[in-house]
Amino acid sequence: MIASLSLILLCQLAGEAFVRGLGLPMPGPVIGLMILLVLLLARDRFPQLARGPLQGDGVESASRGLLANLSLLFVPAGVGVVQKLDLIVNHGIAFLGVLVISVLITLLVTVATFLLASRLLRRGEDLS
Amino acid sequence: MNRDPFSLWVYLSQSPLLWLTVTLLVYAVADAVSLWTDRHPFANPVLHSMWIIGVFLKLTDTSYSTYFDGAQFVHFLLGPATVALAVPLYENRKVVASAILPMLVALAAGSITAVLSVVLLAEAVGLPREVILSMAPKSVTAGVAMGISESLHADPSLTAVAVILTGIMGAITVTPLMNRMHITDFRARGFAVGIAAHGIGTARAFQVDEVAGVFAGIAMSLNALVTSLLVPLAVTFLLR
Repeated sequence: MIASLSLILLCQLAGEAFVRGLGLPMPGPVIGLMILLVLLLARDRFPQLARGPLQGDGVESASRGLLANLSLLFVPAGVGVVQKLDLIVNHGIAFLGVLVISVLITLLVTVATFLLASRLLRRGEDLS
Repeated sequence: MNRDPFSLWVYLSQSPLLWLTVTLLVYAVADAVSLWTDRHPFANPVLHSMWIIGVFLKLTDTSYSTYFDGAQFVHFLLGPATVALAVPLYENRKVVASAILPMLVALAAGSITAVLSVVLLAEAVGLPREVILSMAPKSVTAGVAMGISESLHADPSLTAVAVILTGIMGAITVTPLMNRMHITDFRARGFAVGIAAHGIGTARAFQVDEVAGVFAGIAMSLNALVTSLLVPLAVTFLLR
């Protein structure tokens, strides 16, 4: 458990160091995600890597535990929004309306593009 | 022994223990209600936890920074949880690998739509320029969005508000919207909510379906990269 959490933190730390060091405009944890993914894939190829948190279900079960409660982790930031209600009140209903419509349009465009692209791709494969 | 309840309260309300406990307790109840309603979209545990705790802070006249001293332990886990997304991604790698192309096309279309739609709509209803700039990165995860907002000399705290509200709106609307459109492909549903509503959308996707959660996580990560390049561009061309 502790070894698995350490591995996760270590990946994040490496990601943060990489991003800060190179001045890249991306979040460090995303690089950490890629590092952990590469480690998991490498373990399948090189069995000698399967030790500590990378053996059995170590880092996997720790990760599942974290992700099972992903919603909880947004609560502290969410409470900050309630504290800033005056900002929303100042800009009124237009602010909320614009956000809702934009979210709905984004959902529809993304899902339609995804489905269209995967359908075209499948048709291309059937023809060849 | 201290018999004055008020001084006990003063002591406890200043310690991280109380607010960490309140955060976990309120969430546990909100999550139980969400489960009890079979994960009904409007029983979103983030939404209900945040307003209940917000009201509680107001009633007890507690500042957000005092609250955050306790809640920061929960907030901190956002980073490790992002790293942890590698595990479901690894376990579903075959499904993901076979959908690389649709993902890239949908990423391009979705991230452009997310920025364009909010900038154009906000301009159409006549919101002030500074507000529009603060809203532009609203579909990416809060840390990245606030960074973008800062680099545009907008208001990062207004950006954070827009980001959280967007996440909650996406998490609430995605299931009824997709069901009404008869979309049953959970890869596409997850990817869309990850693009439109970042981590809060991803958390919702994991509640509904694991594959949807995986695709939402990928979409959220990729969108953070694309949007940080896209917003400065869009703002330069669209706003003058």
